[in-house]
Amino acid sequence: MSQINKSARQILAPILSNKRVGQYHQIIVSVGDIAAHCKPGNFVAISVGGDSSRMVLRRAFAISRVSTSSTVGGTMELIVAPHGQGSKWLCAQGEGVTLDIVAPLGTAFGIPTESVPVLLVGGGYGSAPLFGLAEILNARGCRVDMILGASTGSKIYAPMEGKRSVNSMRIYTEDGSMGTAGRVTDPIPEIIKDLNVAVIYSCGPMPMLAAITKITNEHEVVHQCAVEESMACGIGICMTCVLPVSNDDGTVSMLRSCIDGPVMDGSKVLWQQVGTQL
Amino acid sequence: MTTVDFSTTIGNAWFPAPTFTASGCASSGRELAQFFPLKDMGGVVTKSVMSKARAGRPTPRMAETPSGMLNSIGLQGPGIDAFLAKDVPYLVEQKARIIVSIAGETVEEYSTLARKLRSVSGISAIEVNISCPNVENRGLVFACDPEASRRVIDGVRRTIGGELPIIAKLSPDVTDLVSIAKGVVEAGADGLALINTVLGMVINLDSMRPHLGGKTGGLSGPAIRPIAVRAVYQVHAALPQTPILGMGGIASGKDALEMILAGASGVSIGTASFGNPTAIMSIQAELKQLLLDRGFTSLKQAVGFAHRSIEGE
Repeated sequence: MSQINKSARQILAPILSNKRVGQYHQIIVSVGDIAAHCKPGNFVAISVGGDSSRMVLRRAFAISRVSTSSTVGGTMELIVAPHGQGSKWLCAQGEGVTLDIVAPLGTAFGIPTESVPVLLVGGGYGSAPLFGLAEILNARGCRVDMILGASTGSKIYAPMEGKRSVNSMRIYTEDGSMGTAGRVTDPIPEIIKDLNVAVIYSCGPMPMLAAITKITNEHEVVHQCAVEESMACGIGICMTCVLPVSNDDGTVSMLRSCIDGPVMDGSKVLWQQVGTQL
Repeated sequence: MTTVDFSTTIGNAWFPAPTFTASGCASSGRELAQFFPLKDMGGVVTKSVMSKARAGRPTPRMAETPSGMLNSIGLQGPGIDAFLAKDVPYLVEQKARIIVSIAGETVEEYSTLARKLRSVSGISAIEVNISCPNVENRGLVFACDPEASRRVIDGVRRTIGGELPIIAKLSPDVTDLVSIAKGVVEAGADGLALINTVLGMVINLDSMRPHLGGKTGGLSGPAIRPIAVRAVYQVHAALPQTPILGMGGIASGKDALEMILAGASGVSIGTASFGNPTAIMSIQAELKQLLLDRGFTSLKQAVGFAHRSIEGE
């Protein structure tokens, strides 16, 4: 059997609710059995714009969390910022609208087999899937600390209930409008030492992931990061979302962030060579 | 009449359905196999393979455009040896019909690739991609030069002998497509794949520079469909006996029928699969119904129907 996209299915999924939360929309979609196969890190590809749309490509969104115990069957939560044409369309769709979705796609965050201290780092829009991940890590017995960063306070996604599964949460903004003024990467070396962090999980913009990798390489900490690269298909057939990743034999492969990612080993990604001719 | 003979032929290759993936839009085939059995479509046209492994162009590699997209992949791939060792056996195992697409930087590279394919079993035809727009030197786009196109096809034909059908994939970015088509058919092509993507560019308004890493890219999707229909129509008028694999923005059964009426014996689906992994299956079902609705008992009756005069009906 095919191992690629092995849990993925294409279904028509009704929106159960769409609420504006600050700069974001929290969209809950009824996805039935698919919810049971979704893991933190996985993403969903959604058709946007309706049948006569001039937008021909799906949009990829991180699955922020799933629930299989609700009375309506399996559900999926998406945290969407309406900043492009496709995400604006999605945020404008109300309860009852049916979405054409393909999910779950991509790799998931690996969960440690032992209860080690872990640090979750989220940048801007990227922090949403970390809360579902925190619950799972917490259930595994890991000490979970979280730091979130953005250019400004209104771009921080930190739901109240999200704080329950973390030991501590610190917020950094570049303009100082929320939490501490500075970059989210600033306190990482100190936190690694103080808490004896074994794994860093991160979601956010690529420069942040590259900066975290630099730190984790110096401290022998595992860095599992969810990368963001623009993709056309989300299922591995278009070859647009590639990143240079080093192989064990020293060679470099351009791997697809949709099927070999989005969760990748940060230490293997050649961040300096992203966007350059190999 | 409730059934329609959906089969088609390209040279001596027979396919149960006229629906194919477009080269470079199905990767190795494994990715789509999760969504439908690969044997349920006419065939898989593989991603154009070169002699050696190739990293391709830098990112960003794509930009969505109105009703289409630009891509700038640059023929990233494993090279012919790994392709023959891993990808072809997988497709054979899936019982998919296989059209192997090859691309080279020189006339000799195409011949070398053809030589490696000569003895491989399970391949229905070879697509010779002489029109990839994503190469560093536009001078290397063989399909823009009638003489170079002819030399490539001639070299491949001589290498593989007479058995395996050759499909030449041509570019619409030429002044006289018909003369290039005639040239490659004379040189030994059994069929034509029309059209490759149209060369385009998007400029990023933030950086105020070309958006794609490779600067230029190939435009695909419904935006180019009328160009493809025109190309297929013109070439079919000039070469009515030459089977054409029509492609360029096909996203529905109606689009596929349009291409067939223009003169295509089969259709390839590319960008539509990016937006919808099961696009080929729905296009296939819709096309079959549309043929039935119009009273066709076989696909072949509809091929080139748009060329018939009204009196001739």
